[in-house]
Amino acid sequence: MRILSWAYLIALFTFILLPVGVLVVFSFQDGRLPVPPFKGATLEWYASVLADRALMEALLNSMIVALISAAVSLTLGFLAASGLARVVLPGSVLMRGVLIAPMTVSYLIVALGLLQMFGKIGVRPSLLATGIGHVVINLPLCFAIIYASIGEHQKNALKAARDLGAREWQVLWLVAAPMLLPSLAAAYFLAFTFSWDEFIIAFLLTRFDVTLPVEIWSMLRSGLSPETNAVGSLVFLVSIVIVVALELLLFRKGAK
Amino acid sequence: MTASVTIQAVEHRFNNFTALHRVDLSIEAGEFIVLLGPSGCGKTTLLSIIGGFFTPTKGQVLIGGADMTHVGPRDRPTTTMFQDYALFPHMSLADNVAFGLRMRGVGKAARRDKAMEMLDMVGLADKGSRKPHELSGGQRQRVALARALAVDPDVLLLDEPLGALDLKLRRQMQDELKEIQQRVGTTFVHVTHDQEEAMAIADRIVVMNQGRIEHCGTPEEVYLNPKTPFSADFMGEMNRIEIATGQAASLGGTDAQPALDGGTLCLRPESIGLQGDFSLGRARLAHASFFGSHHRCHFRPLEAPDREWIAHLPQGIALHPGDEVELFGRNPVIFPRDAA
Repeated sequence: MRILSWAYLIALFTFILLPVGVLVVFSFQDGRLPVPPFKGATLEWYASVLADRALMEALLNSMIVALISAAVSLTLGFLAASGLARVVLPGSVLMRGVLIAPMTVSYLIVALGLLQMFGKIGVRPSLLATGIGHVVINLPLCFAIIYASIGEHQKNALKAARDLGAREWQVLWLVAAPMLLPSLAAAYFLAFTFSWDEFIIAFLLTRFDVTLPVEIWSMLRSGLSPETNAVGSLVFLVSIVIVVALELLLFRKGAK
Repeated sequence: MTASVTIQAVEHRFNNFTALHRVDLSIEAGEFIVLLGPSGCGKTTLLSIIGGFFTPTKGQVLIGGADMTHVGPRDRPTTTMFQDYALFPHMSLADNVAFGLRMRGVGKAARRDKAMEMLDMVGLADKGSRKPHELSGGQRQRVALARALAVDPDVLLLDEPLGALDLKLRRQMQDELKEIQQRVGTTFVHVTHDQEEAMAIADRIVVMNQGRIEHCGTPEEVYLNPKTPFSADFMGEMNRIEIATGQAASLGGTDAQPALDGGTLCLRPESIGLQGDFSLGRARLAHASFFGSHHRCHFRPLEAPDREWIAHLPQGIALHPGDEVELFGRNPVIFPRDAA
């Protein structure tokens, strides 16, 4: 039994991690093609990635879009969650539903809708348009995470702050935000990662300045190369760093 | 500081449910009032209306003579101590206690001094830099009290603050609450469903049931002379003795009720004994147990062996199951037929 469970565990992790592992391994390929056999290790492809202006620009664009769109999603999600947690209005349930609804719509449909709407009102495909698209998909996520973390106990603490004379912005800034910090951080990092990795919306809503996933896609069109593996590995590294940071900073602390 | 509270014809509805039916209540400045009743009786709703968390559907709330019906919690001279303490988890105890002063624009040094003074009052002066999660339930309780009192409210509202504590700690906190209330002189309005707690701390008890005030009076009045069968039962155990119309029972006491002609005679267990103001007839002891301060005895009257009376007899009484004695009553509470 014990051997079986270990075997199962190993099989599971292999299944999950093998594609990424292969990608990372062949980013060091000393040859023209990122396919077996492995011919020896070189950092040549990483050097060429870092020297590639278009790639580095795309990386910077991705970073900017992710940082800003995650911040906007977080702010709007936090305000919506604290508002809906504070008062029971007729239609509260409906409002929550409508706020969360975009999560159930495929990114492709969201992107198509935005593309048509932006066309109508004259917003050109751009990083701004992509950022707005990312807020559309990440706001429901941020709202749901933050709303779920406001329990009876948190509501009472907010009530107590108002009772002691705090104005609404003071309640939000001095009590709600610090008290909900772990879920705010989780929401922000998730929104950041989703924006950072997102392809479909960025593909449809950018034109000249593109984000990294779109740039990688156009590299792939000219055929496989260990250079794309190297970019992929770098993107993966950023995601890993964020996840590990989240784990160390927040969940470790929360467990204490 | 302290102020009176007047509730005038307050009615409160949640959708179709009426939580309070035309409640009138006057609370004197500096009084310790306990709102007592079973869950769902409207006591917490009434507290929330005094605190400004709900605006009543009808009626008026006056605090210190000023109409506060439509004033929010922020601008009322009231503070609330919540059932789960509602401390701010990310702030030190001193910052928690000083929060209200900070919102009132008090300078850093002044509010620090006041916070330490308040923490000192509740015996936590050495723990000002701790966080709430490092404290026990009873200590959090005290911090919540210090925080609510730090802004010198005219009225302090306490929403079942002792509910989560174990019995011994609860008794200790009751004494402390009472002592602190007498020291600061603030009007306290305290909600509980525990009648012993109510009697331990209240100047006056307001017994509530189904959105109405059943009785309002000192603990003695409410316990010994309850106005309604509900408050009689809620304040403690009662033996009910039905007396049929036409079958007059003589309660030959001194200040005496005349003969009672039909109704319910209620006697507390300690009001039944081997001596007293009037005879209840002979009864047989079914069983008894010793409670330290008294013997709790279950008697069956000879005239109606299917009934059971509970009497608390003093220590050292030597009765055995099966013994027949004549029982006497005192301090009777009588409800006419229609009230019972």
